[in-house]
Amino acid sequence: MPEIRNYTLNFGPQHPAAHGVLRLVLEMDGEVIQRADPHIGLLHRGTEKLAETKPFNHSIGYMDRLDYVSMMCNEHAYVMAIEKLLGIAPPLRAEYIRTMYAEITRILNHLMWIGAHGLDLGAMTMFIYAFREREYLMDAYEAASGARMHATYFRPGGVYRDLPERMPQYQSSKWHNERETAERNEDRQGSLLDFLEAFTDRFPTNVDEYETLLTDNRIWKQRTVGIGVVTQEQAMQLGFTGPMLRGSGVAWDLRKKQPYSVYDRLDFDIPVGVTGDCYDRYLVRVEEMRQSNRIIRQCIEWLRANPGPVMADDHKVSPPPRLEMKESMEALIHHFKLFTEGYTVPAGEVYQAIEHPKGEFGIYLVSDGANKPYRVKIRAPGFAHLASMDEMVRGHMLADVVAVIGTQDIVFGEIDR
Amino acid sequence: MTDSANRLAELARELLGDKVSECIVDRGEVTLVIPRDRLVDACVQLRDAGGLGFEELIDLCGIDYAEYGVDEWNTDAAPDTGFSRGVSRDAASHAGTAHPHRFAAVYQLLSVSNNQRLRVRCYAEDDELPVLDSVIGVWRSADWFEREAFDMFGIIFEGHPDLRRILTDYGFIGHPFRKDFPLSGHLEMRYDASKGRTVYEPVTIEPRVTQPRIIREDNRYPTPGSDDA
Repeated sequence: MPEIRNYTLNFGPQHPAAHGVLRLVLEMDGEVIQRADPHIGLLHRGTEKLAETKPFNHSIGYMDRLDYVSMMCNEHAYVMAIEKLLGIAPPLRAEYIRTMYAEITRILNHLMWIGAHGLDLGAMTMFIYAFREREYLMDAYEAASGARMHATYFRPGGVYRDLPERMPQYQSSKWHNERETAERNEDRQGSLLDFLEAFTDRFPTNVDEYETLLTDNRIWKQRTVGIGVVTQEQAMQLGFTGPMLRGSGVAWDLRKKQPYSVYDRLDFDIPVGVTGDCYDRYLVRVEEMRQSNRIIRQCIEWLRANPGPVMADDHKVSPPPRLEMKESMEALIHHFKLFTEGYTVPAGEVYQAIEHPKGEFGIYLVSDGANKPYRVKIRAPGFAHLASMDEMVRGHMLADVVAVIGTQDIVFGEIDR
Repeated sequence: MTDSANRLAELARELLGDKVSECIVDRGEVTLVIPRDRLVDACVQLRDAGGLGFEELIDLCGIDYAEYGVDEWNTDAAPDTGFSRGVSRDAASHAGTAHPHRFAAVYQLLSVSNNQRLRVRCYAEDDELPVLDSVIGVWRSADWFEREAFDMFGIIFEGHPDLRRILTDYGFIGHPFRKDFPLSGHLEMRYDASKGRTVYEPVTIEPRVTQPRIIREDNRYPTPGSDDA
């Protein structure tokens, strides 16, 4: 009788379906997974240690680079943790801007997810569709912060600057004639808010398009229905949060349950799955995009009607306006102190969590009263999700591993930190 | 927020009794300090007892208190009068007072059913060889979090079935998030064309401080412990 042995397969770290640098060591019996052992850390940069050696504000930029497809949400948790330690609150307009950008970021993240997940499971078109919309939202990022991805836009005490009154325009060139350029500039005639409103007008139709391609697609359902089923008890034991938890039928969303910023003033719904398989999580995320669209519309309306300051008027934390600096000695001192030493934060410890597109993103911040954090712990949702990989794929086929990686919405920037 | 935190602290004290050695309510957040030998019992109770019901372990992290309250601004020669930043007022008085042991693990718990959060801190008594009990039997999500704390701080979790390094390189030596581990590390890696492989060499850069760490007493903010933030 021949000896039957399990086969060990090395998946990644350079693999198109590994969503970055995941190395999976799979123990297989034929094509069935017996054990999955993810090896992570290939993108470990020591963000937490770096943050300990820098004044508080310097690390906001590092937060963008954690989960590099939902940049401003990471910043949101970090600046809120600092604000909680300082005991300051940003002006209401800043809170609305933050909320609007947090939801733009959620759409950005979910578009990236639906594109990559689709691509992994053979729905090539999704990637192209999703990136078309992402491009538009990236321009909205750029108009507000000056950067398409790593914005560093949220600051303790508010946001870096107010939303621009006019959008940058395309110039015609030898590749794009006048007519084409006018077409491309059509949405850019007004302010950033007009630009975003044009997006929210057509985005529900775009989501309908995605759903036409996927929701009732036979192949899509064959690849996702009944794959990676997680029960409610399992999900909570494994530390799941966000769409992964809601996909299993737990109605838990920090925006509703522990509202921060202005989520308690907005009207939106939380989609919840039933069976906890990849298909349910797909439906949850698609519905979340629609709900985010609703939130953005409400924010636009409020922001149009209510101009005002976007930064707290506390110059121990936020820099004084440039013009004031030229005339006021005190403003000059504040500016100098802020940019040489930063600000000291009273001793204490806080944990601040937000509803990140991927789940609960938390910052545990310990301060000993210095101008640098004593310890920053970043609680990345993907870390807990990926840890469950073994449990989720055991007994599935090799091709389902790809579906599970996709449904967990893995980004290595935040897992490896 | 503060009311509910006080109520939770009260309830936790009542239910856990002598398993809690200290209970801190600060900025609307509750922190329980639990001695090492009672940790697992207390965690089971925190998970199962009605009114607590912390069914999710959201986060577990190690922390090294070796340099807590120590600043880098040493100016013995600077005059006591004059520019105040030269005066090192609190460097000595902060250090080592706030925390009894060097290493601790901090657990962030979440109760989905009761919508509340709690933080548990457990000190490892031995500074040389920090050992804690694993809570993997209580919450399975502790698996990777404990591996990470072991990797980064060298805290050993007794009872963990597979305590391997997780984030650092294969064959890494040391625990990088300890305060005595230099920011630039010990080894650097490059591709050696003559050998045709990557080689590890001692680092050629030195860590430098561009902005010193300063601790200032600032009466604009509430002092820790007073709960009116």
